[in-house]
Amino acid sequence: MLGEFTKGLIRRNPIFVLMVGLCPALATSNSINNAFAMGMAATTVLLCSNVIISLIRKAIPRGVRLGCYIVVIASFVTMVELLMKAFFPPEVSEALGIFIPLIVVNCIIIYRAEDFASKNGLLASALDGLGMGIGFTGALMLVAVFREGLGSGTLFGLKWSMTYEPAAAMAQAPGAFLMLGLLLGLFKWLGMRKKVGEAG
Amino acid sequence: MDDRKFIVSSSPHIRGPEDITRIMWAVVVALAPAVVWGIFVFRDARPAGTRWCHWMPLYPAFIAALAVATAVATEAAIQRLRGIRVTIRDGSAIVTGLLFAMIISPCVPWFVPIVGSFFAIAIGKHCFGGLGCNIWNPALIARAFVLSSYVFPLTSVWHYPADSITMRLGKETDAITRPTPLAAVKDPLKSLNKQAEAANKRALLEKVRADNRTPYRDLLFGNIGGCLGETSALLLLLGGVFLMLRGYVKWQIPIPYLATVALLGWALPVKVQGEWIAFAGDPVFHLLAGGLFLGAFFMATDMVTSPITKKGMIIFGIGCGLLTVIIRIYSGYPEGVCYSILLMNTAVPLIDRYTKPVKLGAPR
Repeated sequence: MLGEFTKGLIRRNPIFVLMVGLCPALATSNSINNAFAMGMAATTVLLCSNVIISLIRKAIPRGVRLGCYIVVIASFVTMVELLMKAFFPPEVSEALGIFIPLIVVNCIIIYRAEDFASKNGLLASALDGLGMGIGFTGALMLVAVFREGLGSGTLFGLKWSMTYEPAAAMAQAPGAFLMLGLLLGLFKWLGMRKKVGEAG
Repeated sequence: MDDRKFIVSSSPHIRGPEDITRIMWAVVVALAPAVVWGIFVFRDARPAGTRWCHWMPLYPAFIAALAVATAVATEAAIQRLRGIRVTIRDGSAIVTGLLFAMIISPCVPWFVPIVGSFFAIAIGKHCFGGLGCNIWNPALIARAFVLSSYVFPLTSVWHYPADSITMRLGKETDAITRPTPLAAVKDPLKSLNKQAEAANKRALLEKVRADNRTPYRDLLFGNIGGCLGETSALLLLLGGVFLMLRGYVKWQIPIPYLATVALLGWALPVKVQGEWIAFAGDPVFHLLAGGLFLGAFFMATDMVTSPITKKGMIIFGIGCGLLTVIIRIYSGYPEGVCYSILLMNTAVPLIDRYTKPVKLGAPR
């Protein structure tokens, strides 16, 4: 049962291994704070929608299941969005902007609903959603550490060096693609090395 | 029977004397005059603000040396990391570093050539598989990166040679941040719309252009502000002709490129106070100003990132010219050579597909 939780962290990490949900990962990883907020919002939605969909999985007719998932997910996204606006600093929801409502169509959440929650029990689905969400948050924050560090010269909003000149492109769209690509390559390489090590 | 006379091997059987090393060193030789002249003309250039390198004599030479050294060191380090043969002696990294140094302002801070050259080799070249596999020209992709990263030092700080005509006219100022010739012609056009409506708009346009035009002589000899190696059109033309005579550069790219720029630079309409005025541009100015000669002879013709067939090369050259003029006249940037070549590099696989020669006897 614990495996359902840990698989999302590294072995089946949604960003670096499954490569789903890349659009919000590219857009909101420009600072660590944004990445964390986005990751937490997605994790909350993922956990709640997985639980509900797993509970009602036998009541959903097969032909309209995607519509049902969307309704469930959209309800939680609306809740999360309103909660964020109410209890978080205004800069957070301003910086994330459209990407919070867009969690509705986030591939990770629909993918986990379709592939896992609709076939598994309550506890397994909850653990799966939590693990995938934390894996997503961790991956986002890893990309954001490099993008914020190199692109703005800061970490968590604080300057990490007095002399470093930030390369602004890294905090913009090109930097997102570059950094994500480089990290994907790195993880692929690490995975390949591990496989070679196991085989030999 | 003596078997040694019959050696079985796959093609190619006849090898020419040309290899990467020879071609790359020829490119270095062709670039050398423009670089040396650029270093001489900009010998007093200094980075903006106070920095530790402020005292340095021949600052542009320092910039160029840093760019080349970083390119070579990065190439060696990455080839060692990848576990492939270290080929820094073939000169390709030197050419990339040198080309990158030539397309940045001589007043950039010291870290720009280091970041740019590293980016060119590591991201622009080795991420795609190394020499021969890159999609975009590494030096240009590095320029695009540093341009969007360090906007101010790369677009706002230019050095004017002390004896250039612009400085002589500029009385006793020692302000050395002035627009480059392309920006000097483009910027006044924007403010024209605020002035009183002129009866003869064509005459107004021509007057504004004439007032802000840098003399051809200065453009030819590089007596102008601009990037380190792009200013002297004459020396770049010389290097380009040298490469064309050696056969490393085919005329099918630079000539259509230059012709398109000249033609469209003259023909394309400009909006002056609500009226579009066509056929009023200055083709010679468009040819000589900016980095066109450097781009047309040394960047667009990169063997890796240009089409294979002759027909494809002509399409590529015309496309580069079209995009260059459109960016120069209608966009917010004063110069469009860099982005036009990068965009056309992207289209090269497509061009190659549509210009593939038909096999003899194959059905059409």
